[in-house]
Amino acid sequence: MSTAKPISIVENFEIYAPKLVDKEEFFCSGHRACQGCGEALAIRLMCKALGKDTVIANATGCMEVIATPYPATAWTLPWIHVAFPCAAAVGAGVEAGLKVLRRKGVNPDRYIKTVTIGGDGGTVDIGLQALSGAMERGHDMLYVCFDNEAYMNTGIQRSSATPFGASTTTAPAGKASIGNKTWKKNVPEIMVAHNIPYVATASPSYPIDFMNKVKKARSIQGPTYIHCLSVCPTGWRAKSEECIKLGRLALETGVFPLYEVENGVYRLTVEMPDPLRPVTDYIKTQGRFRHLTPDEIRDIQGRVDLEYRKLMNKVEHSLSWTE
Amino acid sequence: MSKRIGMEIALAAAEAVALCRPDVIAAYPITPNTHIPEHLSDIVAEGRLDAEFICVESEHSAMSACAGASGTGARAFTATSSQGLLYMDEVLGIVSSMRLPVVMAIGNRAISGPINIWNDHSDIMTMRDLGWLSLFAANGQEAVDMMIQSFKIAEDAAVQLPINVNLDGFQLTHMVEALFLPDQKEVDRFLPRRKPYAALHPDHPVTMGALGMPDIFTEATKARDQALVDSRKVILKVWKEWEKQFGRRYEPIEAYKTKGADVVMMTMGSMGETAEIAVDELRKDGVPVGLLKLKLWRPFPFEEMKKAVRGVKTLIVTDRCCSLGGPGGPLAAEVRSALYAEAARPVIENALIGLGGRDVTVDDFKQMFRQAGKSKGIYEFYGVRG
Amino acid sequence: MAQKKWPETWQEVTPGCMIFEGGNSREYHTGSWRAQRPVWDNAKCIKCGICYIFCPEACVKEDARGYFAADLDYCKGCGICAHECWPGAITMIEEG
Repeated sequence: MSTAKPISIVENFEIYAPKLVDKEEFFCSGHRACQGCGEALAIRLMCKALGKDTVIANATGCMEVIATPYPATAWTLPWIHVAFPCAAAVGAGVEAGLKVLRRKGVNPDRYIKTVTIGGDGGTVDIGLQALSGAMERGHDMLYVCFDNEAYMNTGIQRSSATPFGASTTTAPAGKASIGNKTWKKNVPEIMVAHNIPYVATASPSYPIDFMNKVKKARSIQGPTYIHCLSVCPTGWRAKSEECIKLGRLALETGVFPLYEVENGVYRLTVEMPDPLRPVTDYIKTQGRFRHLTPDEIRDIQGRVDLEYRKLMNKVEHSLSWTE
Repeated sequence: MSKRIGMEIALAAAEAVALCRPDVIAAYPITPNTHIPEHLSDIVAEGRLDAEFICVESEHSAMSACAGASGTGARAFTATSSQGLLYMDEVLGIVSSMRLPVVMAIGNRAISGPINIWNDHSDIMTMRDLGWLSLFAANGQEAVDMMIQSFKIAEDAAVQLPINVNLDGFQLTHMVEALFLPDQKEVDRFLPRRKPYAALHPDHPVTMGALGMPDIFTEATKARDQALVDSRKVILKVWKEWEKQFGRRYEPIEAYKTKGADVVMMTMGSMGETAEIAVDELRKDGVPVGLLKLKLWRPFPFEEMKKAVRGVKTLIVTDRCCSLGGPGGPLAAEVRSALYAEAARPVIENALIGLGGRDVTVDDFKQMFRQAGKSKGIYEFYGVRG
Repeated sequence: MAQKKWPETWQEVTPGCMIFEGGNSREYHTGSWRAQRPVWDNAKCIKCGICYIFCPEACVKEDARGYFAADLDYCKGCGICAHECWPGAITMIEEG
C-alpha cells in the first residue's frame, strides 16, 4: 500500500504519461550498450513511437555494434545495416523497394514506414552526402540522428557535431589546445534548408516530446528529420545516472533547445526557462569540459546566447514568412 | 519471338535489363556505362517498365540503395564504370556478404590516373576478391544474354549472390551491333519473379548486416567462399537452360579453333572478337593457333581451365590491366595458379595490352602469336614505346 | 546465464549472417556488469512509471499492482531510475 501523497492523475497527466506508453519493446534487453546510454534509451523510445509496421536502416556505429553481435539481435523490427556513410541511401533503397513491392502486389497492401538511424559521425560527417541526397529526392523516410557529439564507437574522436571546447581523443585539451576548436555544426538547420516538411530536435530526457515528434514524423509522407541529442556518459565523462539530467540541462541552458520546423514554421515544443540557466550548470557536470577557464566558458555562453536568439527570432517570425 | 535489331549495345543491354522487370534501379552517371541507366530511365519514363528509378547522389549510394532495395526482396539493378566502381567499393563486399543478389553492369574503363575514360579492365579487377559473380561479354549479343542470365543466376536459391556483367567501355557500350533481343514473354518464361531468402518486412522480421566477431568471422567467410564455388553449378545449369530456350551456347571458357593448336591466346571481353579474326587468318596460312575466351571470371573456372590447355605448348594470356608491382596481369596470375599442379602445363606468357583504350588490332594479335615463346619476363607491356 | 545458441560450424552460419529470432539478445544477460542495483520502496512509489520510461535496458517492469522493479538479469546498474525518481522511492545499493 502506497503511503505517498495521492496525486490526481487527471491534474497531473504529464507525470503519469509514462504509464500510457506502449509496453511492447522493439529494442530489447540484452543489448551491450554502456551503462546509462542515452542513445540506447532514445532508440527504445523511438521504436515504441514507431510501432510494428516499420523497417529500420542503421548506419555503422555504437547502436549497430551493441545490438547485433551475430547470432544475437536486440531488434524485433526488420533491420538492415550496410556501412557507415550510406544509411540514408540504404533507407532510400528500402523505401523504394517497399513502395514498388506493395504497388506490384508482391507485399501486402499496407503502409510500412522506413526509418533510417545513425549517430552524429554517420549523419553529419561521413553520411551527410547520402543524407542530403535522400532528403532532397523526397523519399518517404524518417531519418533520426542520435547525436552524442563524437565518434564514441571508435573511442571518442571529434566529429563536426562535437561542441566547442570539448576534449576528445583527436581534439584533446592540452597546454596549447582548448580541445575542440570549432562550433557544433547545425545540421537541423541544413535539413530545414532542404525544404523538407518536418525537422525537429529532440532528447530522450523529454520522452513524451520525443515520441510525439517521432509519431508526427511517421505520419508525414515524405522526408522528415529528427536530431536527437543522446547523452553519452562514457564519452562525456559524466556519471551514468545523470544521463537524463544532462539532457534537461542542455535544454535549460539553451545549449540544445527542443523545437520543430513544420513546413518552414519554427515552434518551441518544450518551454524554455526565462532567463536561461547559465551554461556552466551544463558544462561543470561533464569531464570533457573540465579544463575550460571562466573566460572560455564566457565565450561559449556568448555563442549559446547568439544561437538561441537566432532560433527565437525564427520562432517568432517564421509564421509570417508563410503568410 | 526474339527480334533481330541493330542497336547500340548499351541501349540493348538496358532493354535486356528492362525485360527482367527490375523493381529498383539506382544509378549515378559515369562514362562509359551511362547510356545503360539513361536508357532505362527512358523506358521507365515511357511507362514500359514499372520500377523505382533513384537518381542517387553517388555510386556509393547507388550500391547502398540497391542493397536496401534488395533487402526488401526487390530486384535491384545498377551500372557503373571505373572510379564509380571504386567509389562503391566499400559496399560491394558487404552486399555479397549479406547475400543480396544485386545485378550490376560495368562499362569497363581504366582507373585514374592519369585520368582516362577509355576501356581496360583495371576497374573490375579491384573487386576481384569481394565475393561477386563476374561475367565478361565479348560482344553485344553476349551482353544482352548475360544481362538476363545474371538475374536468374544471382537469385537462384542456391546462389543468392550479387553478379556483375562486364562490357568493355566504348568498344562494346558504344558500338552498334546486330543482335537478337528476346521478347517479354520469352524472358518471363526464363526468369520468374525473385523469391528472396529473406525480406525486410514486419510480417517476418529479420536482422540483416549483423556484426561478426572473431569467433564467427572465419566460418562466415568459409560459407561465403563455398557459396561462390557452388554457384558454378547453377551458372552451368542456367546456361544450359538458356541454350535450350534461345539456342545460344555459353561456357565458362569458349574455345575457338584450339584443336591441334600449338599456341593459344586467351582473352576476356571484346578483344576475343578481334583475336578470332587473327586466328582465322593465321590458320589460313597454316599456322596452328587457337583462342580461349573467358566468360566466367568469378567463380574462376579452374577445371575448365585445366581441360582447355591440354596439349597446348604456349599459352599467351592477355590482360587489359596491370597488377602494379605484382605478377603482371590478374588473369595470367589466376591461370598460372590454376595450372600450377598440372604436369603437362603450357609455357604461359602474359601480354598487358589495350590499356586505357589503346586499340588492339588483328595485326597486334598476329604479331603476338608469331612472337610466342620469346617473352623475356613473366609479363610484358605489349607495344610499349621506349 | 542462458545457454547461448551458437553456430559452431560454417555450415550452420545462416546465409548472410541473417538473424531471424528478433530480440534473442535477451539470451545474453547484462546483469553481471552491475556494481549497484536499484531497490524500490513501494511505500514511496507513486506508480508514475518514470523509472520505466527512462531505463535504457528496457528492464524496468510493472507488476499487476502497478509497482515497478528491475529485471536483474539485464539491469546494468546505471542508476538513472534512482536519480530520476522524484518521490525518492528507488535506492542504489552495492552488489555484495
